[in-house]
Amino acid sequence: MNLSATDLCLTVDGVDHLKDVSATFVPGRLHAVIGRTMAGKTTLLRVLAGLQGVDSGALTRQGADFLKTPVWRRDTAMVYQQFINYPHLDVFDNVAFPLKRAGLARDEIRRRVTDSLARVGLADFERRKPSQLSGGQQQRVALARALARGTGILLLDEPLANLDYKLREQLRDEFRTLFSDQGDTVVIYTTTEPAEAMMLGDVVLVMHEGRILQTGSPQEVFERPATTTVASIINDPPMNIFTGRIGSGQVTVAGFQATHVSAHLADLPDGTYRFGLRATDVGLASAGVEGEVTFVEISGSETFVHVAVGETPFVVQIEGIHDVALGDLVKLRLRPERLFAFDEEGTLQRTPSYDLTSVEGR
Amino acid sequence: MTQLDIVDVGHSYRSGAEEERWALKPLRLTFEAGKTYALVGPSGCGKTTLLNVLSGLVRPSQGHVLFDGADVTALPTRARNIAQVFQFPVIYRSMTVYENLAFPLQCRRWDKARIDAKVRQVAEALDLDDRLEQPARRLTADDKQLISLGRGLVRDDVAAVLMDEPLTVIDPQLKHSLRRKIREITEQFGPTVIYVTHDQYEAMSIAQEVLVMKDGRAMQQGTPEQLFEAPSSTYVGYFIGSPAMNFLTLDRTDGHVTLGGRPLTMAWDMPEGTTECQVGIRPEYVEVATEPGPNTFPARLRDVRDHGPQRVLVMEVAGGLVRAKVPREDGVPASEEFLVRLPRAKALPYADGRLVLHS
Repeated sequence: MNLSATDLCLTVDGVDHLKDVSATFVPGRLHAVIGRTMAGKTTLLRVLAGLQGVDSGALTRQGADFLKTPVWRRDTAMVYQQFINYPHLDVFDNVAFPLKRAGLARDEIRRRVTDSLARVGLADFERRKPSQLSGGQQQRVALARALARGTGILLLDEPLANLDYKLREQLRDEFRTLFSDQGDTVVIYTTTEPAEAMMLGDVVLVMHEGRILQTGSPQEVFERPATTTVASIINDPPMNIFTGRIGSGQVTVAGFQATHVSAHLADLPDGTYRFGLRATDVGLASAGVEGEVTFVEISGSETFVHVAVGETPFVVQIEGIHDVALGDLVKLRLRPERLFAFDEEGTLQRTPSYDLTSVEGR
Repeated sequence: MTQLDIVDVGHSYRSGAEEERWALKPLRLTFEAGKTYALVGPSGCGKTTLLNVLSGLVRPSQGHVLFDGADVTALPTRARNIAQVFQFPVIYRSMTVYENLAFPLQCRRWDKARIDAKVRQVAEALDLDDRLEQPARRLTADDKQLISLGRGLVRDDVAAVLMDEPLTVIDPQLKHSLRRKIREITEQFGPTVIYVTHDQYEAMSIAQEVLVMKDGRAMQQGTPEQLFEAPSSTYVGYFIGSPAMNFLTLDRTDGHVTLGGRPLTMAWDMPEGTTECQVGIRPEYVEVATEPGPNTFPARLRDVRDHGPQRVLVMEVAGGLVRAKVPREDGVPASEEFLVRLPRAKALPYADGRLVLHS
């Protein structure tokens, strides 16, 4: 029951929306497709759903040509970023609608609607109208409608993007439980947020400019990003990437004092590299290289300080909320033992050593 | 820039409704001159009503609005000399960017040279100086919002800039840069800014002070740091921060506060006679302990959530759920049962849902 894509290509007005996309989607697993806006995520889902054709490539399910399967035979449900419900129908009828159209028996419809509403935590909301629900509840109705159909393929296109951060956090937690037992449904979930992909995905696919750059477990992709682009996409804030040199046992980065080459980089030949360092591995310190604070962002519980060291921008992540003023001069300390090394083309060469021996996720 | 005072202002959209049902329960607030404030809370919390009271769009059922001490409660919007930025950009479609920015000054009959200097200064700050001659309607939504903001900033004497969810129609990828722009510009020009949003992230990033609202009440006003470190109620502890603050119910045994039968010392003491005692502690401050000691408690691991650079451990402690945020390099506890430490300085006492004041 695998859904397999091979070399899917789609060009619109000279721009690659999909470029050589190959992937195998497996029943019972949640595939988190992560990428920035316009990476091709929605296009991929639309192709899988049959709402969009391709220029070339193949799509098969159980050996059958899925591209030739009409939309209504694809056994697919989709949930959109902008939650869509029928405003004149109450919650029960919103969820029941596709089941009625499919001609299911009344008892079966009631059973499925009740069951799927309970799964999304809306058991007591059957008689409410969508307008009487919060954004998060409306999105849960849309999700319940998709679940109730019991399709073999479930596509979720950035379902949390339009919710504020507290609701996003709550639904992310709920989704983790909801999707923990998928039976034999293929679930594909797109997002722009690394934490969401890491937390929900059994498999993570990183997309950029129509291509799939890397596929692997969340742990693999996070700890061994294949390229600087993947490293940037899978980290929030994006991983700091900068140029430096390795030579005579020293790592030199413009503006910073040279440091001894850490063990994990020791066997690399001398030369120029692109280095990556997560925002959590750059610190504000009492001594170090001076930079100017260009912007400060505060998430729920972290402070992201953007610092310019000469021409090179750095982001520093500090736990907790701290008051740092724009224009302040601060000192940065890089943790050399945490450097990712990429070659000049951006291909991964070495990862920090702890990642290789790290405690495996449970 | 002007100081805005809200003196015993309350508002009900329906006359005769009991106070408990008012959209805005009577409250007193001061917005200091030149500071940026964010009003944040879920829909229906009263933040928009409060903004409309400040702008003059809503005449409050009771109380007074003061601008630098002068009572403006009865004045209409146009007499208050405020600038407003709404959810949807408001621009003069037939005018160029330059004309849009110059318009409020022409209405004030400034001379041409002074208008020109001011428009160019503001346009430069907004990064619109290379597009001054373009028709404003051709700009993207985020640049149009900058024009709305710029029209307020060109007026040196503007009392306050009021912004109502100005990032609503902005593409998620551009929100970041527009937020940054708004913060930079308000710091440069220094007007009093009141910014309404439902998004905590946005509120904390933009404002010097945040006012958390719920059910028509002001729950807490403070710097982002104060809201994070010492939320005045369990609600603010939940609303600000991700994951939310942990709260665990405490018992009193022989005059001592205990958690699951073990003694707990908090940052300061819980008063006698409190009915519902809780300890509040942020997930960032919960530590995995290697050996027993003061304030350590047995924990049972329920789930591990991988957020990337951090992991969130979800565990059961003394019958309640506790989340701890730990650096990825610390790994995951090897066994399901282990110890956690709640550092005394970060364990705050809550009585009946309110932070106990430090005496």
